[in-house]
Amino acid sequence: MKKAFPILAILTAALLGYAFYEAMFIAPTDQMQGDVYRIIYYHVPSGWTMFVFFFTNFGASIVYLIRRNPKADAVAVAAAEVGLVFCTVVLVTGPLWARPVWGIWWTWDWRLTSTLVLWLIYASYLILRRFSTGGQTPVLAAALAVFGALDMPLVYFSIWFFRTQHPQPVVGGGGSIDPSMLRVWMISWAAFLCFGWLVFWLRYRLEIFKREVEETHSLEAMLEEPRFR
Amino acid sequence: MSSFWAITAATLAKDLRLEWRSKDAINSMLFFALLVVVIFSFSFDPTAEESRHIAGGLIWVAFLFAAVVALNQTWAREMRNAVLDAYRVSPAPANPLFLAKAFGNFIFVSIIQALMTPLFTVFYNLRPLGPAWQLIPVAILGSWALVVNGTFFAAMSLHTRSREIMLPILLFPFSIPALVAMVQATNTILTGQDSAKFWIVLLLTYDVVFTVACLLLFETVLDAE
Repeated sequence: MKKAFPILAILTAALLGYAFYEAMFIAPTDQMQGDVYRIIYYHVPSGWTMFVFFFTNFGASIVYLIRRNPKADAVAVAAAEVGLVFCTVVLVTGPLWARPVWGIWWTWDWRLTSTLVLWLIYASYLILRRFSTGGQTPVLAAALAVFGALDMPLVYFSIWFFRTQHPQPVVGGGGSIDPSMLRVWMISWAAFLCFGWLVFWLRYRLEIFKREVEETHSLEAMLEEPRFR
Repeated sequence: MSSFWAITAATLAKDLRLEWRSKDAINSMLFFALLVVVIFSFSFDPTAEESRHIAGGLIWVAFLFAAVVALNQTWAREMRNAVLDAYRVSPAPANPLFLAKAFGNFIFVSIIQALMTPLFTVFYNLRPLGPAWQLIPVAILGSWALVVNGTFFAAMSLHTRSREIMLPILLFPFSIPALVAMVQATNTILTGQDSAKFWIVLLLTYDVVFTVACLLLFETVLDAE
């Protein structure tokens, strides 16, 4: 960890810088929107990265419920936090783009609404983690993550009829995109994934250390000589 | 299996008897829902035509807030004298306890709905233009949707700090699809413009999915240490 981390951090920083350069200077300017469209090189890769981490959280929660492995819970909490940060990035960059292009900051379109609901669900997940006391936190959080995963399809169904104003998804959707733009997108996504993974790794290690410290403290408390005899 | 339902019935009967004698939950919910309706009517002051479009939202938000009042009290009386711990060490399975609590809350919310709906109709001059009988399945499925998850999340928030605020923080985001479905169903029935069938099916799906999930995970959550 100590040796690998600086190297990986430098590589990630370089990749992020390269992605920024590609997004700002190399990618062609959009005919209709001009330069403001370039924010999608941050918006869309953040969205994909967010889904990667939320799926990781769900998988880790399932593993925790079956195996009761504390490491799975550490993965779950780290993934949820990093995922929520990327979700926030999506929700902030979206309106920044929408204001000049649509003329409004926000609309209750199904894509926007479902992302907001996803943000709310994971925020409540982290609040539960923060507020619940003692050793039951992992179980409660894992159960809530399963509920969240069950809830999201229903959220999509409940708002799918809202007329969508959001651009069609390019990958796996009906939209089309210039190959040079797609290339920059992929570079950007790779950079974001590396960055997200690095932060996730740090957070995971922190969580593991925190637990070790807590265990040592409680062990010491047990071994301590009783003061009042 | 018969013992399963016997435990459910016994717990439910105990809760209903307690509620019948104290009337704590019903009274506080009723007054709270009344206040929400009155405050809404002051803050919107709608005409009859407008109110038909917003009534579904208003009435369900009132019921949601009122349900939280009752749900917060669900487990509180089991904490006193460590009744819940006694239940956990007993050989009785966990799910009958959950079902009894959920049924109890469902009955309370249904009573509130039965009492509040006429009042709401009068205050907002409502007259449904669609098939009014469909409001009954919407009410039943909608209440169950609020109550089943609410009872589960109330059990989750038992061991958290600031328990009372934890329940709405958990319940509201997770109830959004159900809330959208019940509000849309109510509105389409009131305005008579469309069929509410899609929304009723969606509510039913929500109910089935989360009832199964609650029953599968309740014991895990109850025994979480």
